[in-house]
Order: sequence, then C-alpha cells, then structure tokens
Amino acid sequence: MISVVGYYSTQFGELWERSLFDLVKESIDGLLKETKIDKKEIDAIFFSNMMSGILENNLHGSSKIAQLLKTHIPVFRSEAACASGGMAVYLAIQYLKANPGKTVIVVGAEKMTDFAPEEAVEGLMAAASGEEQEAGLTFPGLYALLAQIYLSKYNYKHSHMGAISVKNHFHASLNEKAHFKKKVTLEQVLGSPKIAWPLGVLDCSPISDGASSIMLTSDNIKIKKAKHTCCILSSEIASDSISLTEREKLNSLISTVVAGNKAFRAAGIKRSDIRVAELHDCFSIAEILGMEDLGFWKKGEGGARALEYETMLGNSGDMVVNTSGGLKAAGHPVGATGIKQIGEVFLQLTGQAGKRQVQNVHYGLAQNVGGSGGTAVVTILGA
Amino acid sequence: MFGIVSYGYYIPHSRIKIEDIASVWGKNSVDIIRSLGIKEKSVAAIDEDSLTMAYESSCMALKNSKAKIEDIKSVLFGSESPPYAVNPTSTTLAYFLGIERQYLASDMQFACKAATGGIIMANGLIASGATKNVLVVASDKATGRPHDALEYTAASGSVALLLGKTNLMVRIVDMTSYSSDTPDFWRREGIRYPSHGGRFTGKPSYFHHIFQASTTILKKNKMNPKDFAYAVFHMPNGKFPLVVGAMLGFTEKQILPSLVVTTLGNSYTASGLMGLVSVLEVAKPNDYIYFASYGSGAGSDAFIMQVTPQLKKIKKEFKLKMGNKKYIDYAHYLKSMEII
Repeated sequence: MISVVGYYSTQFGELWERSLFDLVKESIDGLLKETKIDKKEIDAIFFSNMMSGILENNLHGSSKIAQLLKTHIPVFRSEAACASGGMAVYLAIQYLKANPGKTVIVVGAEKMTDFAPEEAVEGLMAAASGEEQEAGLTFPGLYALLAQIYLSKYNYKHSHMGAISVKNHFHASLNEKAHFKKKVTLEQVLGSPKIAWPLGVLDCSPISDGASSIMLTSDNIKIKKAKHTCCILSSEIASDSISLTEREKLNSLISTVVAGNKAFRAAGIKRSDIRVAELHDCFSIAEILGMEDLGFWKKGEGGARALEYETMLGNSGDMVVNTSGGLKAAGHPVGATGIKQIGEVFLQLTGQAGKRQVQNVHYGLAQNVGGSGGTAVVTILGA
Repeated sequence: MFGIVSYGYYIPHSRIKIEDIASVWGKNSVDIIRSLGIKEKSVAAIDEDSLTMAYESSCMALKNSKAKIEDIKSVLFGSESPPYAVNPTSTTLAYFLGIERQYLASDMQFACKAATGGIIMANGLIASGATKNVLVVASDKATGRPHDALEYTAASGSVALLLGKTNLMVRIVDMTSYSSDTPDFWRREGIRYPSHGGRFTGKPSYFHHIFQASTTILKKNKMNPKDFAYAVFHMPNGKFPLVVGAMLGFTEKQILPSLVVTTLGNSYTASGLMGLVSVLEVAKPNDYIYFASYGSGAGSDAFIMQVTPQLKKIKKEFKLKMGNKKYIDYAHYLKSMEII
C-alpha cells in the first residue's frame, strides 16, 4: 500500500520576499521536519512546476533542488499546466509501484507575482492551443465560454456559479495559509468587475506564489512509524483535446469524467463514500462542472445545488468540497495546487484540519485539471 | 535652527472627475472612488508644465518672505516630469526668478520624493554656510497610460519651500531618510508612461519605507504620535496615508486635514508637500507636525516640524484656491496632457 505520511505547505499569496526555490526549500524542509524523516531516507523527488521556464528561463529546476538538498537522488519534473501537481503525484505513485519499499517527496511550487499580470497571463496561455492564443483568448475567456454554455443550457444565472466563490472564501477564512482569508457575499461576487462575461473577478482564482509537498512511501516500517498516515486508493489521469473547438461537448470536461470513472473503479468505493473533496475551481463554473463530471451531481443539477450551498462546511450535505478554500480563495500557485489538494485531503483524513475539520471522514478525493480540461488527474485517498 | 521661511504652491485650474475617466473605460466609478479614495484630480493646461508651475509656486514663496533674492545661493528642483531629459530646469527657474549667478542649481530625481531629499540637502548647505537660503521646488505634470490605474490618480501641481535658519515659520526639528533598492515604480529612458508593480507598490514599498523612516526618527527624538497635532504622508491615493498612519499610531483626525489628494489627485513630488501646505494653513504656533515623503525605487524622508508664531503672517488662501476650478471632460484632459 502506498501511503501519504506527511504534508507541508508554505503560505499562499503574494510572497515578494521569497523566490521560487526559497519556497521549494521551505516546503521540503518543513515536510522533513514534520515527518521526522532524514533526507537521506528519500529515494526520489518529483517536482511540479509550470511557469519557471516561461517567466524565469529556468527549466532545469530538478537540478536546482538537488543543489539545495545536496543530494544525488533522481529528481523528476512534471509539467501538465495546472494539473502539474496531480500528475507529479501520479508519476510518484507509478515510481513506488515499480520500486516497492521506497520513499519519495512530491513538491510543487510556483512563483508568479514577481511578474506583471500580463506576463503571467500570457505565460499561463502556454497551456492553451495556438489557435486560442492567436484569437486573443485567455483562461478567463475560455472558462467564460464554458460558463455561458452551461448557464444557457440549464437556464441558470450568475448567482448559481457565484455561490461557489462564497462557499470557498468561507472555507479559506478558516485556513491560515490561504491567499484570501476574507469572506465574501454573493452580492460582492455578482457585483465584482467583469473579467470575461459572465465571470467577474470574484469568480476567478488569483495569481499566487506558494509551494506544497507531500511524502509518499510504500515502506511498511515508515508507514507504521508515521504519526499521521492515509493511503492512496487510486490515481488516474485522462486527456482531451487542448482546444475547446475540438471537443464533442462544452457542458462537461470529458477528461474529468474518464479519470474519475477509472479512479472510482480502481479504488473500489462508491461516490457516496466520499466525504471531502478538493476540486479544481480555477473559476467558479469549474467546480460545478467538476461535481457533475465526477458523478456527485447529475448533469445540469449543479447550478441549483451550488446555490443551496450543499457542500459548505456546517451544512447538512453528505460531502464538503474545497475545505482549503479551493483555488479560488486558498490561492492557485499553479505547480503547487495539485499537491495542496492532496495535502488538504490528507489533513482531513488524519484529523489535522483544525477549524475546517469535517467529521467522520473515511475517504477523500482530489481533482486537478490542466488547461481547460486537456488533462485531468483524479486521486482517491482513504483513512 | 533650520526650517521653512516661507512656502508657495500652485494648483492648476482644471479638474477631471474620476467618474468621467471610469465611464470611458466602462468601469464602475463607485468602486474606483472607494478603492482609491480620490474623487477628482487637478490637470495642468496644455500650456503648463512642471517648469511653469514651479515658477508660480516659487513666486508665491518668495512673495511670502522678506528673504533677499541674493541670499538664495541654491535652487533645488525635484520632479518626475521635467520639460527636458537633459538640460536643467533649476537654472531656467532660477533665471525666471532673478536668481543669478553665483548659485548651486540642481535637478533632483527620486520619484515622488525628489524634492524632499532637497530639504535634507538644504540643511547641509545652510549649516555649512554655503548659502543663507535654499529654494526647494517640487513640481509635476504627472500622467499615466490611458486605461492604467495611474490614470485615475496622476495629477498636476507644485509646491515651493524657501528654507533658511532665521525668520522661520516652521522649525524642522529633525529629519532622516530610509532607502533601499525596491523597484516598485519606474519609467525607462525614452518610454513615455511609467510602469508599476501593482500591489507591490504597497506593502514592501510605500508602507515599509515610511514605517521604517518614521519609527527611526520618532524613537530617536523620543516622541510618539500623540505629540503631534498633524501627520502628513505622501499621498499616492486617499487610502495609503491613512493605513500607514494607523500602522504608526496616528489617528484619522491627525491625518485628514492633509488629505487633499481626494480632490487634487497625486501630483507626485508635490503631493505630500501639498498636504503639508494644507496643514500649515490651519496649524497653530507650537503645533508639532509629522511629515514623511515616499519615493518609489524606493525611499522615505521623514521630518519632525514645529510651527512658530511667524506662520500667522502668511495669507491663508489654499482652500480658496483649491475651490477655484473648472471641470473638463476626458477629451480635453487628453488634450491638456498632450496625449492627443
């Protein structure tokens, strides 16, 4: 059994005084301290990052990590846009399946706020198709198209999506490491300046700095000794066309549907067993699509159920979603996001989530999406 | 003893309302006015620039003083928008004012604190005996790129201070400076509009530098915010001075009399000094005034000042001149700023 035996995340936010690798180092050092495992016991590192090659002309970050840790173990780099973190975890799991009894660190990091917003936005568009870039689309534009189609097809209004932002900001107010700890009202979300209609600023995740890391092991002695542990039940990846124009339908991200179905089959559990989930809410519409595509909500029901705040902590729903605050409010340092999602589920499964702890959690799920659904990673964890 | 012998100021006649700029770009003006704390800003006319405004403010400063023109052996001009990149404005200004020719002229550059550094230099020049008086002038016809956040705040204006060691209306008790290499706002050679680091201009820049300069000077002089009648900070917008004031322990009551940025906008080098002038128009003898400038790039000059009975002699017309205005629309604003 492959288990998570530790998690550490830096603060997410505008961390101007720290570089990308300051954040990576803090995250790895924090994880080693947390788990009380010496770096000599680590067999490999998986590094998730999207933007350093574009923004800093720095692609060989794996070697930089070896330099920081003064190590010669293999360090692999994963890049799948915003799903880089989920993919790094997936690859680490495959490594552990091929190398039983080993222990690895999966670290994800992004440094985005040192650059002008237009540079960061242009860099992020490297995750979209050339045609979409040439047309002048940005990711808010792409997700606005998905939102327009969804709202129109099921006769919903902006408020049905906006409720997602309200919920996730509430959750982030309970997370000291979140980028935004302020609660927002639905009126504020609906009245926020438009980025790409119908998405306003408060429908969109921010540009953030941050780093997160988890430790995975299949070493039974380490698992037994670990203070906190949960196991990986499944991790699956699916792909889709990079361009929206090539998709069969736009009210769903098929990559999430495929990865989700495979992950549930491999884990051998039902949807109803999941008590907590971290979903990829890069934009408010994305969480609704995610809930439907993963089979938690029927297609087309999502808007109404979102506005009922069913998945908000403290409500009577069966499932709580994005207790971290999600990408929307906890922040979205791209390479770190997928790791933070799994880290948050780990905290929930091991009773370490503090004020945002959900009770009676036995299973949790993380959904990490790259681009506008070109890649999706679904990971299921059990206590 | 060192301090302000007299002051002068110049506020252009034209104003543009923030709502008029916002409407051009389809923005919600209520949100912008609330977030920036600015309702309108002053706009220099098409035939005005930082030199002409400096001349106006300097004339007022000289008129308000009995200092002899031949005792002014130094003219220090601070601006982000001098008419020439190469060719001093300070010499032209001095010539217009009749200051000739055995004097030190210097154009100073340090974003919005270009002129306040001159106050510190003037202290040295006067203490050394090089001159009896120094004229320090701040003047800017500031502009931001159309559709940039700066467009809502960048304004025009000038303040001139005649400094000396006798006949002071304001005694400068102490001064200090805090600087670091912090690139939060810049304009490269040949580039028309400045660039800025968004929120980076706040926490690690404006707030950090003013806080550090202020805590240093207050500690050194064993003073605390309660000792001051007024506090004046550089005003890039209407929010930052209140926030940094609160960080230091100043109350809104101490800061609000200086907060003219709400209707004048940010005239860069003149902005904080315009707030100082506003306070000098209401201050009473023996009042202590705290003043801290900020210049991007970055640094803050902090001053502890005390009003003397001489201040009563100056005619107080600042509010009247602030109210003497006409509103222009966005097209005329573009024309005034020579954008079209």
